[in-house]
Amino acid sequence: MSTSESSSEDHGGEVKRRDFLYIAAGGFGALTAGSMVWPLIDNLNPAANVLALASVEVDLSKIEVGQSILAKWRGKPVFIRRRTAEEIEQAQAVPLDDLKDPQTDEERTEEGHEEWLVMVGICTHLGCVPQGTKVGENRGDYGGWFCPCHGSHYDTSGRIRKGPAPRNLEIPAYAFLDDTTIRIG
Amino acid sequence: MHPSRSFEPKNGFVKWFDQQLPILTVLHGALVAYPTPKNLNYWWSFGSLAGFMLAVQIVTGIILAMHYTPHVDYAFNSVEHIMRNVNYGWLIRYVHQNGASFFFIVVYIHIFRGLYYGSYKAPRELLWMLGLVIYLLMMATAFMGYVLPWGQMSFWAATVITNLFSAVPLVGDAIVTFLWGGFSVDNPTLNRFFSLHYVLPFVIAAVAILHIWALHIPGSNNPLGIEVKGPQDQIDFHPYHTAKDLFMLSVLLIVFMGVVFYAPNYLSHADNYIPADPLVTPAHITPDWYFLPFYAILRAVPDILFIEAKLAGVIAMFAAILLLFALPWLDKSPVRSGTFRPLFKQFYWLLVIDVIVLGFAGARPAEGAWLIAGQVGTVYYFVHFLVILPLLSRIEKTRPLPESISQSVLSKQASA
Ligand code: HEM
Ligand code: FES
Repeated sequence: MSTSESSSEDHGGEVKRRDFLYIAAGGFGALTAGSMVWPLIDNLNPAANVLALASVEVDLSKIEVGQSILAKWRGKPVFIRRRTAEEIEQAQAVPLDDLKDPQTDEERTEEGHEEWLVMVGICTHLGCVPQGTKVGENRGDYGGWFCPCHGSHYDTSGRIRKGPAPRNLEIPAYAFLDDTTIRIG
Repeated sequence: MHPSRSFEPKNGFVKWFDQQLPILTVLHGALVAYPTPKNLNYWWSFGSLAGFMLAVQIVTGIILAMHYTPHVDYAFNSVEHIMRNVNYGWLIRYVHQNGASFFFIVVYIHIFRGLYYGSYKAPRELLWMLGLVIYLLMMATAFMGYVLPWGQMSFWAATVITNLFSAVPLVGDAIVTFLWGGFSVDNPTLNRFFSLHYVLPFVIAAVAILHIWALHIPGSNNPLGIEVKGPQDQIDFHPYHTAKDLFMLSVLLIVFMGVVFYAPNYLSHADNYIPADPLVTPAHITPDWYFLPFYAILRAVPDILFIEAKLAGVIAMFAAILLLFALPWLDKSPVRSGTFRPLFKQFYWLLVIDVIVLGFAGARPAEGAWLIAGQVGTVYYFVHFLVILPLLSRIEKTRPLPESISQSVLSKQASA
């Protein structure tokens, strides 16, 4: 046995049954190890219960024009503002060239419900909650929201106008179930 | 008087034990008979002090973990329970909380000692890099520890720091969701941070053992930066350095315990005594002081060409740390000690000032004069390592090195 084994290695270049066995065993070994590594990593991703909590319904009937509320969706704040006519006008009048992340106000609202602005209340810079929803909070230079963490200013359409944030405040997927109820998610 | 170089136990049991598992021989070699250069100054005590602080954090941490609950609904209250109900809980927690700060103070002095005396140069490159690995692990550990009390600063520090990874192109958001285990910092995040906060210090301990192993191959560098020529240049670790290190330990403990007893919250933020609220960000969030210079670098960088500011800042911040791994090859001057490098010495102190300025800039909102200070400081930091050091190693006229350590020590004595 031992002589035939060593001679098989000396036959340089020629493929032997033993080489095949090495590769097959090594390959299956790597596959098995790999299939065990994936569960060790994937368990850190959101669990089923976290994924299941993915939508909420919000009643809008108590919100007056000019008021905002804070809803909670997937553990995150959602800003809902019932905008005044001036705020809507201001948002629609901005030329796209002035915007860092160009988007029209129409793209950020539902047709027929332009009054309502629904956004994830998380600064697109590093995730703080901007001020401007509660009465008396700093609304920044553009009358929308202001993030105190590193100074990002958002306009009345939630678009980034000044500061380090790269993108507009995110619009979550939502739908009007009737005129005064929305489902987020 | 040299104690015996080799370990020769008289006790029969010890002899039997050490023959089968020579752990005492190893410890004797490392802590008693380890030959050190004669001329080490007090800056060389900070390695031992760092080891002491690691032990303090592990002992107090294990006790805290016996009373702490890693759940978003209970974490904050369990820390208050430790502070108010548990016997001596307030002491153990304040020692752990301030211990992190003092661990960093000690390690920063230890690192800047190495930077001044050229301890990162051959044959100690790997030793230097193992030290940097410990430093990175310490930062991760301290960051995750800061999240555990689940106050407002805990929550928002966790949010802002994990969000740094969203700057990564394409997969950024997937990485952040993965780190959180959800769609925001929440219970899964707190749980995994606790698990990692518990285990990483033991990884640090393991790397520290490698660090000391790598130290004991070439032996310690020294203030003159020249090689040891023979036994006349050396003394044994015990009793000389054990005594010296114990003296420095008492100095450290006076300051450390002074803070623990008289100003236990001086180094932390009042906002962390407000329970975490995912819907309200405090008006000013700053990380703990030991991260401030890097935080300043993060915020100093504007849009660069096609890279947006957020990503550029993150790259600069990580580069500032990873750069130090290349230091042995950036500074090619054959002279180790700054004492014999007149130009290097001045730039060294400029770097120290630069890092302090960055620290102050990191504590202020990123606007106006402090933003500019942060930007100038960031540029200087990189210029120092990438331009000045490589240049100096070519053009600098170094001062003549002494013949040997013992000669230098003796001539000092004669003139005194
Ligand atoms: C490298 C060593 C360590 C460092 C730098 C470190 C750092 C920290 C920091 C900065 C805090 C936050 C303190 C506060 O603001 O209240 C903390 C909390 C905590 N650490 Fe550690 N730690 C270390 C080792 C350990 C170990 C080994 C354990 C053992 C399980 C542990 C358990 C805890 C617990 C339970 C808390 C939460 C209670 C509290 O906030 O006081 N730590 N740690
Ligand atoms: S997180 Fe809002 S500006 Fe940085």
